[in-house]
Amino acid sequence: MFGFLKKAPPTDTSENTGWLARLKTGLARTGSQLSELLNRGGRIDDELYEKLETILITSDVGMDATRLLLADVRRQVKEQKLTEVVQIKEALAHALLKLLQPLAQPLLTDARKPFVIMLCGVNGAGKTTSIGKLAKHFQSQGKSVLLAAGDTFRAAAREQLMEWGARNNVTVIAQQSGDAAAVIFDAVHAALARNIDVVLADTAGRLTTQAHLMEEIKKVKRVIAKALPDAPHEVLLVLDANTGQNALSQVKAFDEALNVTGLVLTKLDGTAKGGVIAAIAKAHPIPVRFIGVGEGLDDLRPFVAKDFVAALLGVEE
Amino acid sequence: MLDNLTQRLSGIVKNLRGQARLTEDNIQDSLREVRLALLEADVALSVVKEFTAQVKQAALGEEVIGSLSPGQALIGVVNRELTKLMGEHNDALNLAAVPPAVILMAGLQGAGKTTTSGKLAKLLREQNKKKVLLVSCDVYRPAAIEQLRTLAQQIEVDFFPSDITQKPQDIALAALDFARKHHHEVLIVDTAGRLAVDAAMMEEIKQLHAALKPIETLFVVDAMTGQDAVNTAKAFGDTLPLTGVILTKLDGDARGGAALSVRHVTGKPIKFVGVSEKMNGLEAFHPDRMAQRVLGMGDVLSLIEEAQRGVDHVEAEKLAKKMQSGKGFDLNDFKMQIVQMKKMGGMTALMDKLPAQLSQAAAGAKVDDRQINRTEGIINSMTAFERSHPEQIKASRKRRIAAGAGVQVMHVNQLLNQFEQTQKMMKMFSSKGGMAKMMRGMKGMMPGMGR
Repeated sequence: MFGFLKKAPPTDTSENTGWLARLKTGLARTGSQLSELLNRGGRIDDELYEKLETILITSDVGMDATRLLLADVRRQVKEQKLTEVVQIKEALAHALLKLLQPLAQPLLTDARKPFVIMLCGVNGAGKTTSIGKLAKHFQSQGKSVLLAAGDTFRAAAREQLMEWGARNNVTVIAQQSGDAAAVIFDAVHAALARNIDVVLADTAGRLTTQAHLMEEIKKVKRVIAKALPDAPHEVLLVLDANTGQNALSQVKAFDEALNVTGLVLTKLDGTAKGGVIAAIAKAHPIPVRFIGVGEGLDDLRPFVAKDFVAALLGVEE
Repeated sequence: MLDNLTQRLSGIVKNLRGQARLTEDNIQDSLREVRLALLEADVALSVVKEFTAQVKQAALGEEVIGSLSPGQALIGVVNRELTKLMGEHNDALNLAAVPPAVILMAGLQGAGKTTTSGKLAKLLREQNKKKVLLVSCDVYRPAAIEQLRTLAQQIEVDFFPSDITQKPQDIALAALDFARKHHHEVLIVDTAGRLAVDAAMMEEIKQLHAALKPIETLFVVDAMTGQDAVNTAKAFGDTLPLTGVILTKLDGDARGGAALSVRHVTGKPIKFVGVSEKMNGLEAFHPDRMAQRVLGMGDVLSLIEEAQRGVDHVEAEKLAKKMQSGKGFDLNDFKMQIVQMKKMGGMTALMDKLPAQLSQAAAGAKVDDRQINRTEGIINSMTAFERSHPEQIKASRKRRIAAGAGVQVMHVNQLLNQFEQTQKMMKMFSSKGGMAKMMRGMKGMMPGMGR
């Protein structure tokens, strides 16, 4: 119980800055490592680049994206004739922003009604929790929301979502049956009947190596299209920010199966780094719609590349 | 699992072949490859650095010389050092306490604590014949308690009910009391997922630990975890006197580098690995086998162990006897093989355990659990007479069987052909049947594998 008291939502006035502060705290480790390295002064030499490489790799940026970023930094150093170590930080921020900016495309749900969003991801990524937060996000925009309890596999996943719905006064469509596609099909129909703005469809977590489960989720998508042509309008892949380079293979596999249109990066609080976004941007770019930095209801926000880079690198605005 | 790393390391060896000996120069290149491979496998940088240094030192020593090729020598060194890093041997759970032996589960959100608690309860009940009680202290995540209750019901293990208005510590102590009074030998305490930086939550589990005095405190970690595994493991290790680690979701395609990092940082053994969504998907962790798997030697030992667990020994003995006599192997036995294979988690699960090269070859053969199900269906559509006298199945019977199983006559023919081949194979077995031979012969014997 104290969990909820402890994580009381920030007050309205400081809401935005509070969130940014949390993002910064979450990503602070990388930033402080970097500051430590760059504020020490000295010359721009191979040793410095190697240390920079180390920091990027330990932030899950991955080898490929790290090479790309460092090449960009080196280019800037050469072209702009940078000599101060402190300037490296700015160059890196530039390079990172260039890489991540294309991913910052907010999710617009006004074009369709109901706007059907299907969530997918591996086990434990935070799909069900994200749905609750997304529901809150859309509600705060004055939209009506309906949840579909499509995780019919995990014990008590349905109860978890219904609990969420009850706490936040959102309708949840659930069935006793074991068929995710049927539940979501019903939910879309219910949304049409009730004139709902946004439908959020949960699915069971699945590892991408489970071929039959990947086939099943393809079927779920096809069935949604039967309930409402051109739905789902958005397929969100939920990624745990603690995930390492496997996030890339998750993105590839789910995209191949479902044509993923957006990413949600969860659990960026804690000591997670989130550098894997850069790896994804390099290898398999898909828009990052939301990032989550805490357990509170308001802690899932649209992804803004500039804020993210600033927080990751510990740059003061 | 660690296939990619395996392939990568195999590649390195190819590069090294044809060179007389390892020199400081060419080992430098190879070590850089090893370093990259490990980093891409999400092994923490600090661990990678230490590891490559060890390999270098060992490889430049005299072990490289001898009758081995440089490639073999390097594989040997990497294998040895990898095994060393992962902990030399498997550590079993320590349950030597005045009952109930308390097991406390800890970890990040979404690592798989609740599922693993259920799997562990099932394993202790079935393999160690323990009377187990499950309790959830997760009063935060909606329906977390409900989840564990459902799992307990599913695996038929006792569950101590709790609800979210209670304090975790009160729940745990009440469960402990209950376990004592009802003579449970093991109490598994599931806890809420928590971040290492959440001071209040870390304090909570510290107090939970102090109150319960568990004999085993297990850190549950997702095999897909990235570089941060080191920091998380360190924080949990600093807060709690961990006794072991459970690595989950190893059946995904994550390369599992986190295993190395966590092991290195906490110094605690990895006791189990989660390898399937099913409740029997928890296996003992074998560091030596893991290292061998990294190197492409596969995990044949694990496979055999699993086979022994899943196979009904009485039935297996009957089969062995029939094999010894070389005759009387009929479609009933064929079906029994299918049933037992299903118990082991189906073809796909078995294939995962084979060495990388082998399972790739098998993937080419299109192993399909569905086809195995179809085979079973066809046999089910036969009469008892037909099953024991397959040679009597002629055109008319075939048509009836096909209609009964909802397949084409062609499929019945395929099955009969396969059966004949298997029967021939059976006759080839000499007087000593034995599980080992069965396993070796498996590839040919598997119904549903032939095309």
